[in-house]
Amino acid sequence: MSQTVFAPWEDPNEKPLIRFRNVTKRFGEFVAIDDLTLDIYAQEFFALLGPSGCGKTTMMRMLAGFETVTEGVIELAGQDIGQVPPNERAVNMMFQSYALFPHLSVWENIAFGLKRDKKAKPEIDARVEEMLKLVRLEKFAQRKPHQISGGQRQRVALARSLAKAPKLLLLDEPLGALDKKLRQDTQFELMDIQETTGTTFVIVTHDQEEAMTVASRVAVMDEGRVIQVATPASIYEYPNSVYVADFIGDVNIIEGHASASGTEKYKLNWVDSQAPIIATSQTSFAEGQKAHLAIRPEKIRISSEKPEDAENAMQGKVLDIAYLGNLSTYHVELPGGQVIKAQTANTRRIARRDITWEDPVWISWNATAGVMLEQ
Amino acid sequence: MKRLSWFNVTSLTLGFAFLYLPMLVLIFYSFNSSKLVTVWAGFSTKWYGTLFQNEAFLDAAWITLKVAVLSSCFATVLGTMAAYVLVRGGRFMGRTLFSGMIYAPLVMPEVITGLSLLLLFISIGLDRGVLTIVLAHTTFSMCYVSVVVSSRLMTFDRSLEEAALDLGSTPWEAFRLVTLPIIAPAVISGWLLAFTLSLDDLVIASFTAGPAATTLPIKIFSAVRLGVSPEINALSTIMILIVTVGVVTASLVTKRNAVRAQQEAQAAERATN
Amino acid sequence: MTRRTLLIAAPYLWLLVLFFAPFLIVLKISLSDAALAIPPYTPTIKDGVGAMFAELDFENFVFLTEDDLYWKAYFSSFRIALVSTFLTLLVGYPIAYGMAKAPDEWRATLMMLVILPFWTSFLIRVYAWMGILSNEGLLNQLLFWLGLINEPLVILNTNLAVYIGIVYTYLPFMILPIYAALDRLDPSLDEAAQDLGCTRTQAFWLVTIPLSKNGIVAGSFLVFIPALGEFVIPSLLGGSGTLMIGKVLWEEFFNNRDWPVASAVAVILLLLLIIPIVLFQRNQQKQQEAEQ
Repeated sequence: MSQTVFAPWEDPNEKPLIRFRNVTKRFGEFVAIDDLTLDIYAQEFFALLGPSGCGKTTMMRMLAGFETVTEGVIELAGQDIGQVPPNERAVNMMFQSYALFPHLSVWENIAFGLKRDKKAKPEIDARVEEMLKLVRLEKFAQRKPHQISGGQRQRVALARSLAKAPKLLLLDEPLGALDKKLRQDTQFELMDIQETTGTTFVIVTHDQEEAMTVASRVAVMDEGRVIQVATPASIYEYPNSVYVADFIGDVNIIEGHASASGTEKYKLNWVDSQAPIIATSQTSFAEGQKAHLAIRPEKIRISSEKPEDAENAMQGKVLDIAYLGNLSTYHVELPGGQVIKAQTANTRRIARRDITWEDPVWISWNATAGVMLEQ
Repeated sequence: MKRLSWFNVTSLTLGFAFLYLPMLVLIFYSFNSSKLVTVWAGFSTKWYGTLFQNEAFLDAAWITLKVAVLSSCFATVLGTMAAYVLVRGGRFMGRTLFSGMIYAPLVMPEVITGLSLLLLFISIGLDRGVLTIVLAHTTFSMCYVSVVVSSRLMTFDRSLEEAALDLGSTPWEAFRLVTLPIIAPAVISGWLLAFTLSLDDLVIASFTAGPAATTLPIKIFSAVRLGVSPEINALSTIMILIVTVGVVTASLVTKRNAVRAQQEAQAAERATN
Repeated sequence: MTRRTLLIAAPYLWLLVLFFAPFLIVLKISLSDAALAIPPYTPTIKDGVGAMFAELDFENFVFLTEDDLYWKAYFSSFRIALVSTFLTLLVGYPIAYGMAKAPDEWRATLMMLVILPFWTSFLIRVYAWMGILSNEGLLNQLLFWLGLINEPLVILNTNLAVYIGIVYTYLPFMILPIYAALDRLDPSLDEAAQDLGCTRTQAFWLVTIPLSKNGIVAGSFLVFIPALGEFVIPSLLGGSGTLMIGKVLWEEFFNNRDWPVASAVAVILLLLLIIPIVLFQRNQQKQQEAEQ
């Protein structure tokens, strides 16, 4: 296993393909992007994730050239692209609405960009055929966009934006218009195509599952700022803030005050009625500093008997059970009124499970199960 | 399946009878052989014959057609530009005045538009004739074209233009290759509207036409002021028939296209399932 | 950048020269005096720029208020436009309602039937009524044959003929916005009203009419505004007693050759029109905002 892991962001000698350097974008009084600095490397599949209005679409439109930068510099392969109009950028975009030209056939849509480059006819023909093959639409070349299905339109849009072999492909909510089943299939297809063509992809999405599935790195955004940039796994396991922890997946947030209890180990005093929670943390907290423990429901065990070996254990009663098929989430109410969510995999059929509503139960977790966050 | 109540059937029948009977009467009496238009004296097509020998009418028709073709083409170009500026132009100096000038002619009484243009032509010493009518008609019909085209542009998905730019088109190529083909139906209806308005116009033409250029509506107006005439009935019948054929054809084509689009959409749906 | 400037400049300059400038000229001439000359007013540019502006006065406007022909004409135009707008609404609403309730496959055809007269020559449509309404016209023949009258009814060349003409020619402008409003109406609203105890008539007055208000208002303005300045209908169907301002302006200009007074008439008409136009604009804006 000598294959190196793809992680150019960890190599200090690697030059980023895209650099946002202190970029600010204002629309009148409104600050859409606030002093943002970010590097994206060649061949990455980079996801911009955030709620609507967080500035992710503005960032993408600045890369495409549809918005100008108010302050700061955007570099593509070392060149400042601030003054380059969209039609002269080696960047292509796949639009959320697909923006397929309704009066042109699938073939002509894909050839559109190649024709603008005044390429020779045989060259254009060959490239369009190649693209049609890539997205498996050879049979539909002569159809108009309204004569094919939504999933096929999505693939035409992808083929059209890839035809010019751009250095960078921007994808604006590329799967947003598809239904859930088709979306999951298409995610893997998208990853395959990204790998085959070796193009750098920047995807904008508000769907955290989608970002986690496809991306090599994810940038979580809020109100024009990047909150955290990391691989999907570290975003999930090591969020840097309550905002990120809460935005990605389901989480319990327990607020309290930290006090040291050994190396990289703290006690979290949260309510008087409960014993302090023991948790490890690599960031250090001062004595009595306010802290939040973020802990995922699936890291919390639930049992009818008091567990022997757990570092944290407390008793409560089952308030609610959400049955999700493969999983069940238990809402456990502690004597002080706090509610903690715990999740278990449903490995047995329903009749064999022993915990039900109003049952007194124990919930427990290890010191390493959660993350301590300052804010 | 909805059924119409008696009330609705009656109001539709009476309403459309009111709209169409006067025109049918006109057509009917154009085939009357008597000069007294209200007394039926047997079927005849002689008024069509005399109409086509009346040089004054034929000249006026020719001038009207020339004016309508020229002014509707100018109006379509200028109106489309104006619509594009209004919808896509962003901010520029005097934008409010510009949009005001686009909408004002739509509600302006024709007598005022006609009077003001005449006074302009006189004060700059332009001789009244075909040119002045074309200028006048272009001015008010470009506003109609602009309203028709801008309402289409407003629903136009802007990302189509952006996609064209993104794929390497210059702004002009994006307009020519993407925007124009898609808004073409609106531009064509704008042209048709401008053409019809010009054919129809009596008041503005009366102000701006000189003795050298008399249009058909001016001719008709001076004839009918003296009372009903069978020749005018024949002329009206021809004009009504041309319009009817045009409108019916257009709506049949639209309907056929809509049906076809629906079938294709259904086929596309089936293809995926 | 230069291309954008050109794109804006071409239609802009066209309208400035051929729409805006003419109004300034009308305004200027309305403040001048009539003269037996070509052009028939004074001062002109030939008298020098200083003199041209120094001699302007409001004499013509004073004249308009002194001669009761003019204010009677304004008042009568207003009344005729108002009455005929109301009549158009009475005729147009049931048609629009019937269209909105018609089966879907009829809609396109009915729509075409409403629009078709709009493409047909206005002049011809007015002319068609001359043969019907005259003393020995079709209507009188019919009534005579039915034994309802012994003497022909005098309709042509009266205000009644003008009302009929306006209702007839402007009917599509009333039907289309009302139909558009009714067509958007959710039919279950009517059913809900009946479910809650309204009779069909009550449901119509309490639900359908208020919800089609925007269409009614838009249609009424679309008829009222052009009717106010109408020229063709009063001059063909109206009589010597029919006073409408469009006709007065025409006669002042072509028959009396009094350009300054004609211009003053135009300026006052424009001022009067501003009110309904602003109201109409506001209604359209409100409607657009409501849709968003």
